[in-house]
Amino acid sequence: MTPASIQSERVPAGWQHRHLLDLERLTGDEIRLLLDTAALFKEATDNCRRKLTVLTGSTVVNLFFENSTRTRTSFSLAARRLGADVVDFSASTSSLSKGESFIDTARNLEAMGIDAVIVRHSTPGTPHLLAQHLDVGVINAGDGPHEHPTQGLLDIFSIRERLGDLRGVTVGLVGDIAHSRTARSNLWGLLKLGAKVILCGPPTLVSHRWRELGVEVSHDLDDIVPRCDVLNLLRIQFERQNTRPFPSVREYAHLYAMTSDRLTRAKPDLLILAPGPINRGVEMTAEVADCRHSLILDQVTNGLAVRMGVLWLTCGPREPAAARTHGQPVSDTRSHG
Amino acid sequence: MTAATGTLLLRGGRVVDPAQGIDRIDDVLVRDGKVVVIGQSHEAADATIDAKGLVVSPGLIDMHVHLREPGREEDETIETGTRAALAGGFTSVACIPNTEPPIDTQAAVEFIRQKAARADTCNVFVVGCVSRNREGKELAEIGRLVEAGAVAFSDDGAPVYDAELMRRAFEYCRMFDKPILAHEEVLELSRGGVMHEGLVSLVLGLTGMPAAAEEVMIGRDIALSEVTGGRLHVMHVSTAAGVALIRAAKARGARVTAEACPHHFTLTDEGLRGFDSNYKMSPPLRTSADVEGIIEGIVDGTIDCIATDHAPHAPEKKMLELDRAPFGILGLETAVGLTVTRLVSSGKISWPRMIESMSTLPARILGVDRGTLRPGAVADITLIDPAMDWTVDVKSFQSKSVNSPFDGWKLQGRAVATIVAGRVKYRLGRG
Repeated sequence: MTPASIQSERVPAGWQHRHLLDLERLTGDEIRLLLDTAALFKEATDNCRRKLTVLTGSTVVNLFFENSTRTRTSFSLAARRLGADVVDFSASTSSLSKGESFIDTARNLEAMGIDAVIVRHSTPGTPHLLAQHLDVGVINAGDGPHEHPTQGLLDIFSIRERLGDLRGVTVGLVGDIAHSRTARSNLWGLLKLGAKVILCGPPTLVSHRWRELGVEVSHDLDDIVPRCDVLNLLRIQFERQNTRPFPSVREYAHLYAMTSDRLTRAKPDLLILAPGPINRGVEMTAEVADCRHSLILDQVTNGLAVRMGVLWLTCGPREPAAARTHGQPVSDTRSHG
Repeated sequence: MTAATGTLLLRGGRVVDPAQGIDRIDDVLVRDGKVVVIGQSHEAADATIDAKGLVVSPGLIDMHVHLREPGREEDETIETGTRAALAGGFTSVACIPNTEPPIDTQAAVEFIRQKAARADTCNVFVVGCVSRNREGKELAEIGRLVEAGAVAFSDDGAPVYDAELMRRAFEYCRMFDKPILAHEEVLELSRGGVMHEGLVSLVLGLTGMPAAAEEVMIGRDIALSEVTGGRLHVMHVSTAAGVALIRAAKARGARVTAEACPHHFTLTDEGLRGFDSNYKMSPPLRTSADVEGIIEGIVDGTIDCIATDHAPHAPEKKMLELDRAPFGILGLETAVGLTVTRLVSSGKISWPRMIESMSTLPARILGVDRGTLRPGAVADITLIDPAMDWTVDVKSFQSKSVNSPFDGWKLQGRAVATIVAGRVKYRLGRG
C-alpha cells in the first residue's frame, strides 16, 4: 500500500479483526500494521487535513456513555476525513435515562444500518459485551480504567515518528496508573513492540503487582527521569477515586510533577507526552507542558491519523473470502468509495 | 411434607451414611416415610428402585440458598427454587432471609413455611434475620423467630457491621443454641468492587475486593464468638488465609464451623477476563492458590460443609455492565456435578466425606433431624450416579434464572433420584 493507492486498496490480510477492543489481545505485528496504516493515512491526507472517500457510504456512530470532547471530536473528524457519515449518540440524550439497557440501545442503533460503533463507557469490558451482542464493528474509545487503544496507539505513533523502532526505548508512564486506561493501552502496545516500560507513582496508584508483567515499578521520579527516553505524564483522575490516594495535591506535585528542575537531569532529547486534559501544576508545570520536549500537540494530530487507520481497518473493504475473528463474516454487500 | 404411605425398597446401591459410619453395598427399606432398615429385606415392597451402581445418600442439604420470595419473584420463587433443589439432589434447603421484606418476624417465617408446604417439593428450613429489618441496628426478635421455626440467624447479603451488635447476637443466640451464619466483609475495603483484587483486576481496570476484606471480618467474628461462646458459621469462605484463620480457631476449640461453595473451589478470577457478569459474585472468585486453600480446607475438615449460595438473578439484571450487574451465581443444579468432578473423581475426597459435607454436617449445624439413614429417620434420600457424564444446560434448569458460568461444562456425577419423606419427588429424565 502507498498513500497514493490507498483509495483503491482493500484491508490487508494481516488484519483479521472486526473490532478494536484492546491492545492486550493484539500481536506486535498487528500493532505495527495499525501504526503503518495510520502513517499512510497521515500522508495521504496531507497531515490529516485533506479528505478521502475510502469509507463513503459507511456510517459510524459515536456511542458515548461518558463525557468526552476531544476523543469524540477526533473520531468524528477522522471518520469524516474518510468520507463516512457520523452520528453522535450520547447517553444523556438517549433512552438510557428511561432505563433501557446499553445492549438494547446499541441494538437499536445497529438496526438503523450502521457499520461501526465507537463506544466509550465508564465500565471496563462494555465494548467487549457490545461486540458479543452486535453484528457491527466495535471500536473501544475508552472503557473505564481498562483500555483506550487508540490513545495508546497515538502515543506510540508519536514516539515512533520521532525515534523509529521502539525496541530498547525506555518509556516512563508517570502518575495515576491505577485509574488510567491510557496507561494500560500504552503498556501493552509498548511491551509488544519491545520497549522497556517503567511505571512511576505512589504505591497507592502504582501496584507492585505490575512487575509480574515484566515492567519496572518505581516510586521515585528523580530516579527514573535520567533513564527515560520518553515520559508519558498521566492525569490524576480525581473522579475515579474512592479515597484520595495521597495526602494532598501539593505533596503529589512535589513528588511526581515534571518540573523544569527535573528536566535538567533528563536526557537532552527526552520526549514528553501527556494524553490530556492536563492539570497544569499537578502532573507537570506550565513551562514543561510548553517546552521543546513536549509532543502534546503532535499527539492531537496523530490521534486523527490513528483513528483514520483504525476506522479503515475495521470498516474498510475486504477480500470477500477473508476469515474473521469472533466467527462473524463481514458483510461484503456494502459498497465503498 | 406429607410422608408417603407404604414401602419403598432401594435395592443394591452403595449406601453411604457417615453419621453411622456406613459405606457398603446394601438395600434400604423405607416404610411410611421413615427408614426401616439398611440391609437385606425379605419384605415385598410396594415400589422398588434398582440402585445398582448408584450412591445412596441421606438427602443432601444446602444450607445457603436464596429463594428470593417474597419480593423478588422475577428471580426465583419458593416453588421454582425448591424444584431446582430437587433436580440438584437436595432434599432440604435453608433459605436466607435477605428477601423483601426480610424474614425478621414470626409472620414472615410462617409465610415461607406455608409457601413451601404448598409447593410440596423439598424441606425448607428458615433462617431468620440477626437484626430487625436487616438494618444492623438492633436485634430481631430472635426468640420469637425460634418459636416460629427459624433454625439459624443471618443478615447475609451483608455483614452484621456493628461489632457490638454482633457480640450481643452471639450471646443471645447461645440461649437457643442457634448458629449465626456470617457474611464476612469489611465494606470499606470492598466498596465499588466487582471482582477479587489481584493481577487480573489490575489488568482489566476493574475495582478489586481484596482478600483482606473477608479475612479481617472472619477474624473479628471468630474473636467475638470466642469471647461470648456463641456459635459462628462462616459462610462462603473464599480465601486460603480465611481457611487458615478458621483452622486455627478450631484448633483452639472455638465454636466455629464453615462452608465453601463449588464455584470457589472451581473457578478463579481469570474467569472475569471475558467481562461476563455470570462470574460476578460476593465473595468474588479468587486465585488458584485460594482454590487450593479451599480444597485443603474441605479435605482436612476445616471447611465443614459445601453449600451453594444459590443466588438467582433475572437475565435482564445480569445482562448489564459489570459494575451495575448484581452479585450472584446459581448453585443448586450444578453442585453435585461440580463436587464429584472437582473433588471426588479427582481423588481429593472420599464419597463419605462428600456426603458428610453435603448432608451430615449441614443437618448437625442447623440442628435439624435429617442427614442420616438411621432406622426411624425421615426417609430423605438422594441417589447419585457417580459415573454419569453430562453437560450443563442452563435452558433445562428448574430455576427461574440462568445466571451460571457453567453452561456447557461437561461434568461427572449427577443426582438421578431425590426422595423426600419416602416420596420420590424427582427422577432424572422423568421430571
